[in-house]
Amino acid sequence: MTNAKDEILRRVRAALADGPEAPEPARAYRRSSDRPLGDVLEMLVDRLEDYKAVVHREDAGSIAGRIEQLLGRSSRYVIPTGLDQEWLPPDSAARVRMVDSGHARRVGALTVRELDAVDAVVTSSTVSCAETGTIFLNARPDEGRRAITLVPDHHICVVPVSRVVELVPEAMGRVDPERPITMISGPSATSDIELQRVEGVHGPRRLDVVLLDDAEAARG
Amino acid sequence: MSVTQLGMPRVHHGSGNIVAREPFPDFARRELRNEQLRANLGFATHTIRSKRASVVGELPDWQELRTAGSEIKQRVMARLPELLEQFEENVTARGGHVHWARDAGEANRIALDLIRAEGAEEVIKIKSMATQETGLNEYLEEHGIGAVETDLAEEIVQMGEDKPSHILVPAIHRNRTEIRDIFLNRMPGVDLGLTDDPPALADASRRHLREKFFRTGVAISGANFGVAETGTLAVVESEGNGRMCLTLPDTLITFMGIEKLVPSFEDLEVFFQLLPRSSTGERMNPYTSLWSGATPGDGPQNLHVILMDNGRTAALADEVGRQALHCIRCSACMNVCPVYERAGGHAYGSTYPGPIGAILSPLLTGVEDHANNSLPYASSLCGACYEACPVKINIPEVLVHLRGKDVDARHGRGESGTRRKAPDQMDALMAGAKAVFSNAKLLSLAERGLPVGRLAAGRKHRISKLPGIAGGWTEYRDVPEPPSQSFRHWWRKNRRNGAARRPAGERADVEALLAANAGLAESLHGRFAAESEERQRAADRAALEAKAEEKQEVQEGVSRELAEGEGPRDTEAGRTAPERPKPDVGKLARAGAEAGDGATAGAETGAGEDGPGTGSGGGHGSGGGHGSGGGPDLSDQGPGRTDPEPTGNAPLENEEER
Repeated sequence: MTNAKDEILRRVRAALADGPEAPEPARAYRRSSDRPLGDVLEMLVDRLEDYKAVVHREDAGSIAGRIEQLLGRSSRYVIPTGLDQEWLPPDSAARVRMVDSGHARRVGALTVRELDAVDAVVTSSTVSCAETGTIFLNARPDEGRRAITLVPDHHICVVPVSRVVELVPEAMGRVDPERPITMISGPSATSDIELQRVEGVHGPRRLDVVLLDDAEAARG
Repeated sequence: MSVTQLGMPRVHHGSGNIVAREPFPDFARRELRNEQLRANLGFATHTIRSKRASVVGELPDWQELRTAGSEIKQRVMARLPELLEQFEENVTARGGHVHWARDAGEANRIALDLIRAEGAEEVIKIKSMATQETGLNEYLEEHGIGAVETDLAEEIVQMGEDKPSHILVPAIHRNRTEIRDIFLNRMPGVDLGLTDDPPALADASRRHLREKFFRTGVAISGANFGVAETGTLAVVESEGNGRMCLTLPDTLITFMGIEKLVPSFEDLEVFFQLLPRSSTGERMNPYTSLWSGATPGDGPQNLHVILMDNGRTAALADEVGRQALHCIRCSACMNVCPVYERAGGHAYGSTYPGPIGAILSPLLTGVEDHANNSLPYASSLCGACYEACPVKINIPEVLVHLRGKDVDARHGRGESGTRRKAPDQMDALMAGAKAVFSNAKLLSLAERGLPVGRLAAGRKHRISKLPGIAGGWTEYRDVPEPPSQSFRHWWRKNRRNGAARRPAGERADVEALLAANAGLAESLHGRFAAESEERQRAADRAALEAKAEEKQEVQEGVSRELAEGEGPRDTEAGRTAPERPKPDVGKLARAGAEAGDGATAGAETGAGEDGPGTGSGGGHGSGGGHGSGGGPDLSDQGPGRTDPEPTGNAPLENEEER
């Protein structure tokens, strides 16, 4: 018996004996946005809210206060190593941040059980697509490994304004396929029972998006 | 696996849950009695359909995206050998392992070996059509490995020992109370006070599966896309069970059909727009995961991809049918299909239901064998599926093509190249038709038989049962009463002086005819206008006479009553053929007299009927297609019908793209 790979490839070649055409795909769809940033941001907020994410518009001065409020008075929450800690409220006796090392097998990584026990996770994000209301996580140091944004029930995700684009192709152009990518559009949801949408099944049931006006920082 | 001879190269068909065990019409007939299935499916398909329409309408470049999607997939098929090798290279370079499976059985065996190597007794699964196709769950159970479905709907289907009825919402045939009962009976550790509120049911599933996600070492997934250039795999989902399976276990085994490739990472930007909008009618599904090999310290470290043929190369060998491999499993074609909406997903007898299933299943398995040869007929060829398809698969075209292949196969001219079978009823019918239609005298003789048909139609004025294979037609429809004479006979009698008869076999001199008829059209228009006016006057006279007749019976203003008399007759419409005005006038007028006054509408029904064929009463012939008493109209899906009609809007688009 020949090996399966050789045989399948031989079958494929035989099936293509008629030499079908391989067209160069016409990419006549929109690939770059011509909308002003203000409109794009408005669109992002609209789409995020449509998917039951809660959006908060903040700037460098107000973000820590907002996150403090979202975490609540008593909270044990996890953050990735690269997160800008200026965004966070000071720790207190009842509110403690835990930094995940980013590598499941290295010291300082939270176990799945520990992640299940925390109240929330705070991360940044790589890029967000306004047209679809999608946040892209790309496992960078300010986003962490995939498990930390999956197991905790509450995800507070910072979306810097400088990382917002309008279109899917623009967003896809900003992620690196060599690292894991998670695209998030609202909290987890199901419509499996009589098509009634239920927010929150296995992923975080609560998604807060902090839209951070870093435009000045980006210009400067 | 069956092997079929196709000219020189052998075609290898697929196996597994893609082979219908029963012809579509038989299954559908049973399923149609399931009121709940029909109601739920109707609701689901219509809801998703309108959501889809609204989010598709948001994109000004939807057609450009469809074109790009179609072209990318054409390119994939044309360059499949090199792309497969490139994909394997890139997955391997990033620490993954690629396995090749010729058919469903081989894919299952590879998975079993990998699971055993990990020492696992249970695996968690993401909803995957590929593993449904191979029957992996059943195979693993047989070998002592539990496979836990983690998608809520799949979990319901699995616990209910059921089959999915829709690829997107597999448990749509179950209502909330049934789901609660299934959970109460089958879910370990379930709260006995569980209500049938959907959030409560979803929460029960969350609690039940959370432990499984945390403990299980092996997960099994399908793949929506595989990128040759980077070795990236993509899974789109909603609930987060996918992310759990793709992130927490240490071993991940991904089943992927060889057609799921795209050449470059950039190509995903097209499909990530086409798929969610076509599928759930969302701008984007809640979660999409992409991974390229293993990432140290993040997610599964032991990654396997099983590349599966299972009949795909057989589909690829079919020059018309190979476009079915472009399918991205969105289910838009099902949600717009009038047949699927009523018959449901089970009736297709395969993992792949609906319009795409009707072409994909027989392409994978070959049309010669099994009940799959009934699937290409499970369509009215209305073309809605083609319109909805995000990658422009011309499903009606492939359906017609496969019907042709089926007919060829049944008559021994199929791929299997077997000897011709003995002529059957259809052959006899066709031979007879050929003889009659190619000889004017024979045809004329046959037409003399029309009154016999009227006799057969009887007082109902319709024929509801024909003998032999023609009975297939009347199974779902009535044939209207034939006219008392054919058009040809009518013409000969009424327009005999129009032209000199031409001896049989002599060619018409077209030029001479044109010259002889110059200016005829205008004069005929004038004449017909005059005749029509005359008919109108005659009708008015008749109406007046009728009124005069009535005056003797009823001492009231007859014209009002005659018009009012249309009322009661209408209520009988559909059951009673429209009667000629004359014998009814008395009854109608009496009814009218009781009903009081009204307008003068519609009194001239039946007047001016001097043309051929309308003698049996205009209105009721059209009832033929829906004769089976308001039931769902499966008429066009009956086996044996080759529908020559062009398909909806399809030809228009066809021109644009080819």
